[in-house]
Amino acid sequence: MGSGSSVNPTNYKYSLQKSENVQTLPDATHPAFKAAVLIQQWYRRYVARLEMRRRCTWRIFQSIEYACEQDQIKLHNFFSYLMDHFTPSSSKERDFISRMFISGESFKEAELEKYCDYESMEVPDSYTGPRLSFPLLPDHATALLEAFKQKQQLHARYVLNLLHETRKHLKQLPNISHVSTCYSEEVTVCGDLHGQLDDLFFIFYKNGLPSPSKSYVFNGDFVDRGKQSLEILIILFTFLLIYPKEVHLNRGNHEDHMVNLRYGFTKEVMQKYKVHGKKILKMIQNVFCWLPLATLIDQKVLIIHGGISDTTDLDMLHKIQRNKFISVLRGKKRKESNKDVEIQEINGESKVETESSESESDLSLSPQPRPAPSITNRLEFSKWLRQTVQEQIDWCRQLVDSESEPEEPTYSSVVSLTELDTQCWTHQEEWKQILDILWSDPMSQEGCRVNTVRGGGCYFGPDVTNKILEKYNLQFLIRSHECKHEGYEFCHNRKVLTIFSASNYYEIGSNRGAYVKLGPDLVPHFVQYQASKTAHTLTMTQRISRVEESAFRALREKLFAHTSALISAFKAYDKDNTGKISLSSWAMAVESVLHLGLPWRMLRPQLVRSTADGMLEYKSWLDDLAMEQRSQEHIQTSLLEVIYRNRSNLETIFRIIDRDHSGLISFEEFRQTWKLFSTHMNTELTDDGINDLVRSIDFNKDGNIDFNEFLEAFRLVKQSQ
Amino acid sequence: MGTTSTVDTYSNVLEFLCCRIRLKITSNIDASVVLFSVIPEIGSIVRSLGCFPTEAELHELLAEVEEEEPTGYINLEKFLPVMTKVLLHRSYQPIPEDVLLHAFEALDENKCGYITKEELVKYLTEEGEPFTQEEMEDMLSTALDPETNTVHYRDYISMLVVDET
Repeated sequence: MGSGSSVNPTNYKYSLQKSENVQTLPDATHPAFKAAVLIQQWYRRYVARLEMRRRCTWRIFQSIEYACEQDQIKLHNFFSYLMDHFTPSSSKERDFISRMFISGESFKEAELEKYCDYESMEVPDSYTGPRLSFPLLPDHATALLEAFKQKQQLHARYVLNLLHETRKHLKQLPNISHVSTCYSEEVTVCGDLHGQLDDLFFIFYKNGLPSPSKSYVFNGDFVDRGKQSLEILIILFTFLLIYPKEVHLNRGNHEDHMVNLRYGFTKEVMQKYKVHGKKILKMIQNVFCWLPLATLIDQKVLIIHGGISDTTDLDMLHKIQRNKFISVLRGKKRKESNKDVEIQEINGESKVETESSESESDLSLSPQPRPAPSITNRLEFSKWLRQTVQEQIDWCRQLVDSESEPEEPTYSSVVSLTELDTQCWTHQEEWKQILDILWSDPMSQEGCRVNTVRGGGCYFGPDVTNKILEKYNLQFLIRSHECKHEGYEFCHNRKVLTIFSASNYYEIGSNRGAYVKLGPDLVPHFVQYQASKTAHTLTMTQRISRVEESAFRALREKLFAHTSALISAFKAYDKDNTGKISLSSWAMAVESVLHLGLPWRMLRPQLVRSTADGMLEYKSWLDDLAMEQRSQEHIQTSLLEVIYRNRSNLETIFRIIDRDHSGLISFEEFRQTWKLFSTHMNTELTDDGINDLVRSIDFNKDGNIDFNEFLEAFRLVKQSQ
Repeated sequence: MGTTSTVDTYSNVLEFLCCRIRLKITSNIDASVVLFSVIPEIGSIVRSLGCFPTEAELHELLAEVEEEEPTGYINLEKFLPVMTKVLLHRSYQPIPEDVLLHAFEALDENKCGYITKEELVKYLTEEGEPFTQEEMEDMLSTALDPETNTVHYRDYISMLVVDET
C-alpha cells in the first residue's frame, strides 16, 4: 500500500558516493572536525525524528481515511442486509425502505430535460456574475475563473445549462479517450483535486490554461472534501466544451452520488443553491455516469483513476455501456421494483461476513509477549525477539483467516466468463471492470487480492501490472486515488505512476500536490507545489507539529468513540481489577479495538499524559478523553458514543432519506432510522434513549427534524470555517 | 540503558515490526519472509527505535542486511540479528545539550556567541561527515538570522530542544 515515499534517498546516495570518493583524508583529530561530526550527527538525528513523526501522522490520517471508506461499503452491506431481512410491517415502513433504495434512479431522457429545465429560469438584472451563452468561448472561461477568484457564484440557470451541454458532449465520447502527443507537444496529467480550487488555479497559473496547444487530462476525483467542488466542475466542464480535443476527463470513484452523500459534495451544492440544488444534483448524477473511464496517450500510456486487476479487459471496457452505472456502489435492487432482476454482490462479501465482522469482542486477544531476557545475553534476546515476532505473525494470520470466507476466492473465480458470445457479459462482470478501474491500489507484493482496506476494487501487484502492460502493448500506467507526500510516486519498477494534485490534503503542510507533463518521448516531467501561503512560511518543525496536532485530535475522537469496547479490552488485561494496566497492554488493547494498524507505543506520549511507573489508570484516561469532547450531559454516554462512532454513516443515511434535500426528515423517519441502524450494528438503543435524543433537539417544524442542526449540535459535523 | 528502558526499547522494536507485519497481513499480503521495501528506510527505522548511528555505521549495517542481488527488500531473518546488535550497542547515546553547545563553541573562533553563515557552511559541508546542499539549506532555514547572516547557536539549540519535548 502506498504511503509516504522514502526518506532522502538522494541524501543516502550522496553520502555513499562521498565516502567512496574521499581523496584527501581529513584530520580526524582536529577539534573542528570532531565538532562538525557531532553537529551533523545531532542534526541528522533531529531530522530523522521529525521524519518519523511525519510518517506516524501520515499513517494516522491514512488509516482513518481508509477506515471511513470501508465504512461506506459496510453501509451498503447494511442496506443489502435490510433488503433481505427486513419485512415492512406497514405501508409506511415499506415506503421508508424503498425510498432509501430508489434514490438515484436514472431518469429517462425526456423526464430529465423536463425536471432539470432551465430555460424558464430567469436571471435577474441584479445578477453580476458571468453570463454564459452556448457554444462557449474562451472569454467565458476567463470570466468564470475571474468570478470564482472573486468568490462569486454562477447563476443556477447557467449551471444547469452547462451541465446539459456537458452531458450532450460526453455522450458522444467513447469509454476510453485517445490522446496523441503529435498534435499538441505536451500532455499535462492532473490527479485528484477534491474541491481544492486554489490548487487548480495554481496549476493553470504555472502551466497555462487549456488551449489548442496545451492538452490536459484530469484523472478523476474532482469533488468531495474540499469546499469548492462545484466550481472545479464548472471550470473543467467549461474547458471541456471549449476545447473538446484537448481536454479529457476521467471518472474517479468520487464521481458517484452515493459517495458524494458522505463526503461533502451533496452538502456543498445544497448550501450554495438552496432553491435549485436538487435539480443541479440530479443533472450532475447524469453527467458523472457519462464521464469516460480511461484515457490512452499514444496507445502507450493508460490513465485510469484507481488501478487495474488481473481481470482488467480493455476490450470489455471499450464496449460496455458506461452510463448504466450511475453509482458504482449501488446496493441490491428490490426484486419487486424492477422486471430486470439485477443482483450485484458488493465486493464478493456475502452476508455472512457482514454479521461476523461487526462483533469485535469475538476476536481473541493478542498474545502477550513473555518478559524480555536480560540484556547481557545476546543470544537469548535474539531468540526471544524471533519467537515473539513469530507469535505475532501467527496470531495475525489467525485473525485474517477468521475474517475471510471459508474458501478465499480471488476476484477471478467470483466472476464467471461466458465463452459463447463475448458481447454477452453479465452485468456483474461489467460492474467489476469499472469497480476495479476506479477503486484499486497497487501493492508491492505479487498477486491480486481483494482491497479490504478500501472495501472496493483490489490490490494489484507488479506481476499484474506487467501482465496488463504486455497484453495491451503499453509502456506504463498513470493513476491517482492515493495521497502522496510529494504529490507523486512511482512503483512497480517505474511502471505505475501515482499523481495527486490536491496539496495539503490532510492538513496545511501535510503534502505537496503535483502534475506531470508528457512529451512525444513519453518521459514524465513533474511540477510540485503547495498552494497555501501559510505552508511556505512555516518551518519544517512547525508544519509537522501542525499536521500532527490535527491527526492526534482526530485520533483522540476515535478513541472516545470506542470507549465501551476499550474498557472491556482493558479489563481483560487487568484481571486483578487494580484499575491499572501496563503500557504494552494498553497498546495491544487499543489496537485490538480500533484496528488501525498504528504504532501505539510510539504515539503514546501524545495520547496519554501521565503514567505512574509504566502503568496507566485507564478509567481516568478515558474520562479525560470524554471531557475533551463537548457532550450533552443528559444523554447517556453510551448513546453518545454510538453517535460518534457512526456519525458518518448517520449523516449519509439521513441524506438518503431526505430525498428532496430539504434538510428535514420527519420524527417518525428519524426513529425508524435509529431502530434499523441499531439492529444492524448490534448496539442497544432503548426507546428511552432515542426519546432523550429527540428531546434534546429543539425542533419546532411541525414534526420534522432539521438534521443538520442535530448533527452540528453533537459536533458530528465539522463547523464550516 | 536501565532494565525498564531496555524492555521498553525491545517492546518498541516489536511493536514497530508487528505494525508492519499486521498491516501487510490484514491487507492480505504474505509477510512470512520479506518486510521492508526501499533500503533507505532502514535509516529511519533504526533512528525511530532510538538509535542514532553515524552515516558510516549505517552503511555497515546496510551492507550486512542487503541481499546479494538487490531486490529492494530486506529479509526479516537477516534483519533481526543485525537490529539486535544495533540495539545493544551502547555507543548510540543521545547527545546532551551542553556537549552540543561545546561543539558549536569550538567552531566559533572569536567566541562571540554566533557563527557566520559562510563559516558554518564551510565547516558542515567540508568537515566531518559533510552535509549535502539540501541538508545545509534546511538547517539554515531555521537557524539563520537573515538580517545579520549569522547563526546564534545558543538560541538555535534551545529552540530545537523545546520543540522536541
